[in-house]
Amino acid sequence: MNHVLELSGLTKTYAGGFTALKGVDLAIEQGEIFALLGPNGAGKTTLIGAVCGLVRPTSGTIRAFGEDMAHNWRSLRARIGLVPQELSTDMFEPVGRAVRHSRGLFGFAPDPARIDDILKSLSLWDKRDEQIRHLSGGMKRRVLIAKAMAHDPELLFLDEPTAGVDVELRRDMWKQIAAMRERGTTIILTTHYIEEAEEMADRVGIIRQGEIVMVDEKAQMMKRLGRTEALITLAAPLDAVPDPLSRFSVTLADDGRTLCYRGGDGAGQGKAEVAELTKALTRAGIDYTAIDLHESSLEDIFVDLVQNGAQGKAA
Amino acid sequence: MSMFNARSAFTIYKQELMRAFRTAMQSILAPVLTTTLYFVVFGAAIGGQMQGGMGGVNYGAFIVPGLLLLTLLGESTSNASFGIYMPRFTGAIYELLSAPVGVAETLAGFVGAAATKSLILAAIILGTATIFVDYTIVHPVFALGYIILVSASFSLFGFILGIWADSFEKLSIVPMLILMPLTFLGGTFYSIDLLPEPWRTVALANPVVYLVNGLRWTFYGSSDVSIWVSLGLTLAFLAACVALISYIFRTGWRLRT
Repeated sequence: MNHVLELSGLTKTYAGGFTALKGVDLAIEQGEIFALLGPNGAGKTTLIGAVCGLVRPTSGTIRAFGEDMAHNWRSLRARIGLVPQELSTDMFEPVGRAVRHSRGLFGFAPDPARIDDILKSLSLWDKRDEQIRHLSGGMKRRVLIAKAMAHDPELLFLDEPTAGVDVELRRDMWKQIAAMRERGTTIILTTHYIEEAEEMADRVGIIRQGEIVMVDEKAQMMKRLGRTEALITLAAPLDAVPDPLSRFSVTLADDGRTLCYRGGDGAGQGKAEVAELTKALTRAGIDYTAIDLHESSLEDIFVDLVQNGAQGKAA
Repeated sequence: MSMFNARSAFTIYKQELMRAFRTAMQSILAPVLTTTLYFVVFGAAIGGQMQGGMGGVNYGAFIVPGLLLLTLLGESTSNASFGIYMPRFTGAIYELLSAPVGVAETLAGFVGAAATKSLILAAIILGTATIFVDYTIVHPVFALGYIILVSASFSLFGFILGIWADSFEKLSIVPMLILMPLTFLGGTFYSIDLLPEPWRTVALANPVVYLVNGLRWTFYGSSDVSIWVSLGLTLAFLAACVALISYIFRTGWRLRT
């Protein structure tokens, strides 16, 4: 596999003694959108900072594009872009000049046509001569994205790219991020919006208390950890699960008035088993009055992993 | 990528100069006006009453190097400190830290711009001084070199101050409460030879005495202390600042967590 980024045993302990990263191992594949999910303080921003040069790792290695970051940081940083979580830039700069500055800062020759393209693609063209401070929060975030794109990075970090952005603008930015991937940029994003990861990511990594709890393809993760839950309200209470139903993953609740099914694989198997279960109930002459069906989402999986800990890492 | 990224350094340099011109009233006009008032009050008004001048030089002309240095020290320090402190304060420094730039590019950009602005100010102040006082520069090449050296040294010092400071108050304390008093007591308006002992000896402990006298020597060919002592101390100060900044970048002190 062609990895653009490989973290090995990456550890960061801050001066105060807090360990934000605990021996993180992670490999990012070329051209993918990788979503790093985790609660506040999990180590997401520290991880990004360590790769981008904002944080000094305590130990471990960072390899980007096959080269050691510690030794070849100059050439490697020129190929990496960062959109920070905070809206941090010189607010008195006009938009266009700020984006041009970013390209120069990364050592690239001026390319007005490319800068114009970036501004247009992010709907900033009309605002190019305005000072950044006059823009709305969402537009300011676009400026930060434009600045990060100005040197055409091959690997782009987006730290909470849509935080504080309204729904319409968020969906618009998802399109922009997808377009960047289409151009071949590998994207690593952190987000609090599970929906965002569900919508965009090829692979998802879950980080908790400085440790990577799980990394997997989104579809595989859903299949492996996804569950179907069905609550079947019975017409008459049961004392025990009848024999014809014993092959299903069911339990009785609510003093025997509710039959609970919990199973499947998050990829449709659960729904099929619930259909089988209802047929078995009919054959056994057990009447029911309602079925409440729930498919677990990525959010359920995330919450479960964060609250209950690791259930094994995938590739 | 080469060891020195000239385009990155120039980008920082250009942005810093633009920032200075964006605030031209504060960063250029204000120091020029202040220095002009000194020339009017001390040079033209009071200086006109001082018979015999100072060390054989007309009093109005005598204070020109000192006043020039007063501006250079304050402005070089303030410009460089503000230049690096602001992105630290706003968080915009993330971009500099994540860019392929090291200590050389950063210094060339920030310190180069601060020193350039000081040189522009020096030129304006010297031009303005000709309106009020009649002065000459005996060693113009030395004077230019010395002005560049002092501007660069105190821009480096300001850069360190901007990294050290964690509040706007700390940023202004050093120029206002340390540099300015030292400059006033460092022979800007008088020759330290006029001081009675032990105050003359005490005055020699003030490092600004050597800076003022070094610049004064380039103007009039004589000063209270040897030009070589002045030059040596200024170069030592410059070297110390460079060494400290190299240490800061190597350890990431106050820059990288």
